[in-house]
Amino acid sequence: MKILIKNGRVIDPANNIDAVLDVYINGALIEKIDRDIPEKKGDVHVIDASGAIVAPGLIDVHAHLREPGYEWKETIKTGTMAAVKGGFTTLVCMANTSPVNDNGSVTEAIVEKARSEGVCRVFPCGSITKGLKGEELSEIGEMFKAGIVAISDDGKSVKNAGLLRMAMEYVTIFHIPVISHCEDEDLSKGFVNEGRASLLSGLEGIPSIAEEIIAQRDMTIARYVNSHVHLTHISTRGSVDAINQEKRRYKQISCDTCPHYFTLTDEATLTFDTNTKVNPPLRSKEDVDAIKRGLKNGTIDIIATDHAPHDLTSKDVEYNLASSGISGLETAFSLSLALVREGVLSMKELLEKFTINPARMLKLPFGTLTPGKPADLIIFNPDTPWVVDTKEFASKGKNTPFQGMELTGKNLLTIVDGKIVYRDKGFGR
Amino acid sequence: MKNKTLLDKKALERTINRITHEIIEKNQGCGALSLIGIRTRGVHLAQRIRDKILDVEGISLPLGILDITMYRDDIFKLKSPVLKKTEIPFDVNNKTIVLVDDVLHTGRTIRAAIDAIMDLGRPNKIQLAVLVDRGERQLPIHPDYAGILYTANPEEEVLVRLRELDSKDDVIVVKPQ
Amino acid sequence: MNWDKKDLLGIKGLSREDIILILDTAESFKEVSQREIKKVPTLRGKTIITLFYEPSTRTRTSFEIAAKRMSADTINISASTSSYVKGETLKDTAKNLESMMPDVIIIRHSMPGAPHMLARIMDASVINGGDGAHEHPTQALLDLFTMREKKGKIDGLNITIIGDIAHSRVARSNIFALKHFETKITCSGPPTMLPPYLEDLGVKVEYNIEKAVKNADVIMMLRIQKERGGISYIPSIKEYSTLYGLKASHLEKAKKDVIIMHPGPMNRGVEITDEVADGPCSVILDQVENGVAVRMATLFLLAGGDG
Repeated sequence: MKILIKNGRVIDPANNIDAVLDVYINGALIEKIDRDIPEKKGDVHVIDASGAIVAPGLIDVHAHLREPGYEWKETIKTGTMAAVKGGFTTLVCMANTSPVNDNGSVTEAIVEKARSEGVCRVFPCGSITKGLKGEELSEIGEMFKAGIVAISDDGKSVKNAGLLRMAMEYVTIFHIPVISHCEDEDLSKGFVNEGRASLLSGLEGIPSIAEEIIAQRDMTIARYVNSHVHLTHISTRGSVDAINQEKRRYKQISCDTCPHYFTLTDEATLTFDTNTKVNPPLRSKEDVDAIKRGLKNGTIDIIATDHAPHDLTSKDVEYNLASSGISGLETAFSLSLALVREGVLSMKELLEKFTINPARMLKLPFGTLTPGKPADLIIFNPDTPWVVDTKEFASKGKNTPFQGMELTGKNLLTIVDGKIVYRDKGFGR
Repeated sequence: MKNKTLLDKKALERTINRITHEIIEKNQGCGALSLIGIRTRGVHLAQRIRDKILDVEGISLPLGILDITMYRDDIFKLKSPVLKKTEIPFDVNNKTIVLVDDVLHTGRTIRAAIDAIMDLGRPNKIQLAVLVDRGERQLPIHPDYAGILYTANPEEEVLVRLRELDSKDDVIVVKPQ
Repeated sequence: MNWDKKDLLGIKGLSREDIILILDTAESFKEVSQREIKKVPTLRGKTIITLFYEPSTRTRTSFEIAAKRMSADTINISASTSSYVKGETLKDTAKNLESMMPDVIIIRHSMPGAPHMLARIMDASVINGGDGAHEHPTQALLDLFTMREKKGKIDGLNITIIGDIAHSRVARSNIFALKHFETKITCSGPPTMLPPYLEDLGVKVEYNIEKAVKNADVIMMLRIQKERGGISYIPSIKEYSTLYGLKASHLEKAKKDVIIMHPGPMNRGVEITDEVADGPCSVILDQVENGVAVRMATLFLLAGGDG
């Protein structure tokens, strides 16, 4: 299969390209990017991308695919379908499945399932500790051989700093990062951000320091043992400031935030809509502004989704009892395009945070349109308006606070490994 | 829209005077009487009757104010009913009470008012005084004292205007266009 | 001024005019409670359910008396007798109750927002009878009713609220309501019981109780919420009583005609001494009496009319 994408505005941050060019895909690889590539006769599928942007496929370093164990919430199949719809061609799936991905055979099972049913690339993240219990190390080496690209006890922090130190030391032999969920559990007995909104709603608050204390602790340990720490779903001003400081004296620190942390404030929780319940919680306006500053000045390297699909019953309960999380794969990129319109980031900078930065963090050969590399790319129109409708979600998780919201910018076509795996209704027909 | 005047200022005063005299006559004096006006205009009419009795007989009768909202049979049909205070500063037990209202029509307001009074005790007698009886009763209720009789069409509205509220005294019939 | 709301979920969402309408309507109903025969036919044929997931004597009884004085039929469901303990979700409970065609549901729940969830699901009017540390609107309304009755007005009053404000729905609803009037509100208690950002609500924070009660027209004591783990916010009940218990000597610093309020149930000897609770300034029992009138008014406004 050969594909020729014509007349699109090609943006490849890794190669500093931003120009109207044609892209020629031969089989699974990108063969050529150039001006006016002639349409050869034969079996070339030609796509007209006039007026649209052609970019490397997006990489999500933080998604929950729920398989194995919670297939009623999501499966590798439905999760990857949601991914390609949202423009993602590579996902890292977190370890909090049932059984937990804490040994080689679970990793193998996920990799195998992803190969047979997944529509995009899936790389598992192993757990740091067995059963996410924070007591003893998982079989990291076995999981590494089976294909994990990072380790994380996402959902909570490793409370025992001594154990975390050992994990960070141990993974250096595999050159993979430790992904830190930053939350001091003694400080975070609540359900929403501690602030003016929690005062009004009476919902118990989680103070920003619950995140910041652990962020600082984990960076300090990583520096001490010379390991790579990646702080995930950063949500507070204090975290951004601490990471900015720490990055000046130690290089192996990276971090991500999620679209909801720069789109919504804790005011959204005042309706008691459980779709606004997420961990870490939606923060204050000051935090949102700080997250945007962190994205702009490069403190925050990556935008991740923290795609956390849930069944209806998990959310259709009292706020305190509701599961945390947002089904994010199908809205993340569109929400993030607002940063370009607001002038926080250029289109190239935004794409960096979705493509080459996560690829470098995970040491994966994706996230670029360099000829000879795997043909993972998307075509999107940054100006197309659409309305979020969970009935049309590919994900089983309909839990989103963005239901009914009009977004601007839409993914039109997704190619993974040289194959078209998603095409928006009507595009190119 | 053409309004018809049933009573002008002078006629209204004469009618109230006549009702007052009938009350005194029928009760052979009025030492044992108490007045209760139904909100809103019945209250002001009751006050005028009380003042007149004070003039004529030199007796100041006790006067109560009744809001019938809690007793209305159409309470669930009203858009948003507004409740006002009921203030009856005397014991109704064994009293002869003259209930005063402006216009008697279906009789439903009076039914509600009688029930409201009965909830407060057991009066000896309840009499009814109205300024206008416009007919079309839906309940077996009859006034003891009626200022004027006017058989109105169902679409007509009979309006009693009192200076205390409306800055003029008269009774008019309003016909919708 | 007319009532146009389906539910009473909180003081948030009410205007000054709404609050005054409820208080005025309650005055009319107070007369009914003072009669020999305390019954009017106003809500005949209406079904009112109290759904209580938390123990309560005062509020539930007050609503029940209010409903019965208006001739409504009342059904009381409490967590111990409902199927909630068997694991039925609030949503399922709501759907089941809906099939009984109630006109009003009063819900008390330990979690904020539970009444809002119920209101979204049900056609019936929902009254928040207290949801966690969020709101307790009818308590605040009866408190304002009592203040207005005793002081003749609400505007111009200095109100001091003392105790565990962080975990108090009564404090929140009162602050939301009193902010609609020209009032000066002072909150006092140990810092662990005064939530962060409290001053953003336009109240003054004063940790010293002696200073907090100075010039007060109204002193509102809150109970120590033992069931919400309030105990861990202070070293001991004894120490709390020493530092923040209201004693007769405090009243000398307040206005001469100060009134003492407490939403009940009181922990005598903890947040308030017997001398103060039973003294001439105490209006605690008036609050209970006025609670019935205020709840009659809310039931009337929600269930009366064609709404």
